Amino acid sequence: MTASHSVDTKQPLLQIRDLRKFFPITAGVFNKTVGHVRAVDDVSFDVFEGETLGLVGESGCGKTTTSRCILRAVDPTSGQILFRRKNDEIVDLAKLTREELQPLRAEIQMIFQDPFGSLNPRMTLFDNVGEPLLVNGMTNRAERTDRVADLLKLVGLRPEFMHRFPHAFSGGQRQRIGIARALSTNPRLVVADEPVSALDVSVQAQVLNLLLELQKRLGLTFLFVAHDLSVVRHISDRVAVMYVGQLVELAPTKTLFSRPRHPYTSALMRAVPVPDPRIPVGEVTLKGEVPSPANPPTGCYFHPRCRFATDRCKVEAPALREPTPGHFVRCHFADELDLTTAF
Amino acid sequence: MTAPLLSVRDLHVTFGLDEGSVRAVDGVSFDVLPGQVVGIVGESGCGKSVTMRSILQLVDEPGRIKQGEILYRMPGVDGQPETVVDLTKLAKRGPQMRAIRGAEIALIPQEPMAAFSPVHTVGDQIIEAIQLHHRQWRPDGSGLSRAEAREIVVDLFRDVGISMPDQRVDAYSWQLSGGLRQRAMIAMALSCKPRLLIADEPTTAIDVTTQAQVLALLRELQRKYGTAIIFITHDLGVIAQMANSVVVMYLGRVAEQGPVDAIFHAPKHPYTRALLRSIPSIVGQTQVALPTIAGTLPHPFNRPSGCPYHPRCDERKGPECAARVPSLKPVDQGQSVSCFLHHDSSDTQ
Amino acid sequence: MSTPQTKPVDPIIETESLVEERISVASNWTLVWWRFRKHHLAMASAAILMALYAIVLCPDFFSTQDPEFTEARQAFIPVQGVNFFDEGRLDPWVPAIVGKRNPVTLRMEWRTDPSQKVRVGFFVPGTEYKVLGLFKSNLHLIGSRDQSQRIFLLGSDRLGRDQWSRIMHGTQTSMTIGLVAVTLSVILGIVLGGISGYFGGWIDQFIQRLIELLQSVPTIPVWLALSAALPREWTPIQVFFAITIILSLIGWTTLGREVRGHFLALREEDFVLAAELAGCSRARIILRHMVPTFLSHIIATSSLAIPAMIINETSLSFLGLGIRPPAISWGVLLQEAQNIQTLALAPWLLIPGLLVIVAVLAFNLVGDGLRDASDPYSK
Ligand SMILES: Nc1ncnc2c1ncn2[C@@H]1O[C@H](COP(=O)(O)OP(=O)(O)OP(=O)(O)O)[C@@H](O)[C@H]1O
Ligand SMILES: Nc1ncnc2c1ncn2[C@@H]1O[C@H](COP(=O)(O)OP(=O)(O)OP(=O)(O)O)[C@@H](O)[C@H]1O
Ligand code: SF4
Ligand SMILES: [Mg+2]
Ligand SMILES: [Mg+2]
Repeated sequence: MTASHSVDTKQPLLQIRDLRKFFPITAGVFNKTVGHVRAVDDVSFDVFEGETLGLVGESGCGKTTTSRCILRAVDPTSGQILFRRKNDEIVDLAKLTREELQPLRAEIQMIFQDPFGSLNPRMTLFDNVGEPLLVNGMTNRAERTDRVADLLKLVGLRPEFMHRFPHAFSGGQRQRIGIARALSTNPRLVVADEPVSALDVSVQAQVLNLLLELQKRLGLTFLFVAHDLSVVRHISDRVAVMYVGQLVELAPTKTLFSRPRHPYTSALMRAVPVPDPRIPVGEVTLKGEVPSPANPPTGCYFHPRCRFATDRCKVEAPALREPTPGHFVRCHFADELDLTTAF
Repeated sequence: MTAPLLSVRDLHVTFGLDEGSVRAVDGVSFDVLPGQVVGIVGESGCGKSVTMRSILQLVDEPGRIKQGEILYRMPGVDGQPETVVDLTKLAKRGPQMRAIRGAEIALIPQEPMAAFSPVHTVGDQIIEAIQLHHRQWRPDGSGLSRAEAREIVVDLFRDVGISMPDQRVDAYSWQLSGGLRQRAMIAMALSCKPRLLIADEPTTAIDVTTQAQVLALLRELQRKYGTAIIFITHDLGVIAQMANSVVVMYLGRVAEQGPVDAIFHAPKHPYTRALLRSIPSIVGQTQVALPTIAGTLPHPFNRPSGCPYHPRCDERKGPECAARVPSLKPVDQGQSVSCFLHHDSSDTQ
Repeated sequence: MSTPQTKPVDPIIETESLVEERISVASNWTLVWWRFRKHHLAMASAAILMALYAIVLCPDFFSTQDPEFTEARQAFIPVQGVNFFDEGRLDPWVPAIVGKRNPVTLRMEWRTDPSQKVRVGFFVPGTEYKVLGLFKSNLHLIGSRDQSQRIFLLGSDRLGRDQWSRIMHGTQTSMTIGLVAVTLSVILGIVLGGISGYFGGWIDQFIQRLIELLQSVPTIPVWLALSAALPREWTPIQVFFAITIILSLIGWTTLGREVRGHFLALREEDFVLAAELAGCSRARIILRHMVPTFLSHIIATSSLAIPAMIINETSLSFLGLGIRPPAISWGVLLQEAQNIQTLALAPWLLIPGLLVIVAVLAFNLVGDGLRDASDPYSK
């Protein structure tokens, strides 16, 4: 069962099928493998052309690993990553070699979380933003200069900044530079791994606006990874929730926030502090710690923390189902529980 | 009206660097009443941590307290009356300051890894602190044995919701998960029954679900022990949940301060207003452009003249904003603002 | 590629002034230099090193005479101090050497006699030499104005050779050996450490074990064996290169480790991943993105490694296993001061040791200064 159908008629740009990534745990002098971290454990979803799919979950649930598998910065253990190229040819990114990937790189780009680590400190903005252009064949310097100037203007920076080094810029400005670099090759899919998490609130709003505007203008498709639910809700068309390496729920944003079907999603939403002192603080519904992906619980991974867990949950792992079209849940009782929220 | 437990008056802290001097804190004043939670919000680099570290005289080199006073009301010992001490006057490493750190005022520092030494168990470090400040537990002055101190730590761990406290006492900090380390840190901070707890972004590095647990814990402990808390964060949601009163800082100055309800429902300073508008809310409209604050935080070497917010202010009153620094003036019930829109342009600093 | 519309989405109001402009466009090397400049001790040491390398370029110019010129009758002449003024006028001179036979021991004893003055001049003609083996010159920085008179600014040795001139030539050898050996180590270290750190896996394991093996070998016996194995009939130049290679074969391991560490750390950096996603080739990622990031660290580490090389060379030569006479190095010169008797008789033969100390200190101070300056982004 996969999250492949959509109420929309849009075509999927990316289809992820049964994606797994296990990191070996080694020990001893001879680096013997003693176990596996199941960082991504059977994840399937689609990303439609022109939409923003938000990916949320707690720290360590496998968001970064999933997105890096798509970019092939990490080699998946198994599964398919089907990407539809410009000419409608469908390729499985998971199977390609380094050399075969090279021509595809321009079509899938990434925006990073850390505005300080993502730019090469020894290169000027021109070299940083122009690097993808250069290696993709734009060898004429004058042409590259024009294009970098355009890109900088596009993200709201002055083209005169081109000859400055990254250390001259603030976090928010660097994030814009990173966005300019990601857009330099005219990608169709942009994977943004926590692009606003390291930014201050006032700057965060600027960058979110920029991303929304760029998407509208350039018809980009975003996979937007974040742990801040308000941010994800603001920017996404659909939201996927991960827990211990698994996809537990995926639905259109409005549906997910008003009528979540997975107990974890609802608990996660209740934990978000609302910036209004008049709204009374709700009781803490999610207790305990996230289990280790090296040693996940039996049955439903969420059962030790779930308010509704039954004996069945302890032994039988629920499958990802689609109780209503476009709404995918991994819970035995998805149809029965009423988790309607105030949102 | 109750007398404040801590009163920071016109504090200035400067870092003299090779490239120039940074006025990290530039005239900050606020009060903390006993048993109250004061929330401090502001963007990165606005001087929140430096202000807090000044209170404990722990400002990193080459920082210097240039001006101002930090008045702390010491309880009377053995029937003596209460005294008010100016912490800035005490010797940094003197016995008085050491007695205040930990025992009277405890700090949960911003970097969770830095708080515990990796070579001693978490328990050992807390036991040591308890034995050092044994008067907090035994006012008669009789010492605490190791076993007794350990008992206290186990109880504290149970209080802060650490499961299997007997075993966790002997763990090293790097063996604990983020949430557990945060709890251990809270236990450490509470171990000497401080009357004022300074929590510097205690939940920034942890997940919302763990954050909700830690916040609930802090609220409960605050109710139980009546500890006053200064709570630093840049998450307005957390402030709304935790604080009784709020101090909004911008570039080393207090922009606005007041009761939490006033700050969220009747903000007066243009910065506070813009900040509240710019956060995506969990209930608002989605995929629309958020109102933003134009521009970026100026470089610390390049403080704007006049009101530090004026280059970004969308409600700028007039030329006085660029020329003079507005002082913090009361405008309403307990609410004060430093903005010329709310008082006479002669009220400058 | 199509160009998207260029209307700014959300123009940023510039609040910064142009004061920062200079810093904004300063490259890493400029920033390193700005920091290094503030380190006075390191700057002074850098000046000393520059002077020493000026000597390396053309030792003959700095010598007063031919370092090999032997004159048994002028053995063990003590240091002749230079006097700059004569009767109130600037006219440098050294007291002449007069020998007298000791009536008891019947040995010649040399003493300076200030009543006889030997005039000293700057930029005076003297013995002919070749500059860098290219063109001839006979100009010397300092020398006796009367070419028939020899002067011994730092005394003479048991064969009556001028120590000043010999030190100039020894400096050339010793300083070059340090530099060349470290350069070789750096190349080996970057290549092997880079392979180890970038590719990982079994290659990494292999190189790591090799480093451990090399580091666990006791160095002195190996050097002894290796240098003893050098054919006696090799020319000084051949011996010189053999010694450098021996030194660097062992010296690269520390650098290799460091480079590997840098690669391992950089592999996780986002900007390296960004380069990979841009479609850069492996070679380009390493050469364009990774190496420049830690090059200044490597240079700092290398300048800290040079003194060790100098000391190694000196020790080897001192033991008679490194550079051999007639080639001259600081170690060879110190060999002259090997026995107590000479030391008592001619303590000035220890001056090369002083030079070793100065050079080593200078390198260490410069290296420290560079290391502190090489991370301009750390605040
Ligand atoms: N290279 C690796 N080797 C071993 N384990 C890894 C590696 N990378 C990630 N993991 C593990 O995989 C799990 C998922 O990590 P991942 O970084 O994908 O989480 P995340 O959802 O992005 O978390 P965060 O919100 O903290 O960024 C974690 O338990 C992590 O420890
Ligand atoms: N050790 C230091 N050396 C030099 N300058 C410093 C130092 N510590 C702080 N500063 C300066 O003081 C200013 C305020 O720093 P502070 O750490 O108080 O900010 P903050 O409000 O706590 O920010 P954050 O939210 O990032 O923790 C900064 O702009 C910084 O330039
Ligand atoms: S399957 Fe059971 S344990 Fe898992 S979320 Fe649903 S009710 Fe809870
Ligand atoms: Mg992540
Ligand atoms: Mg801080």
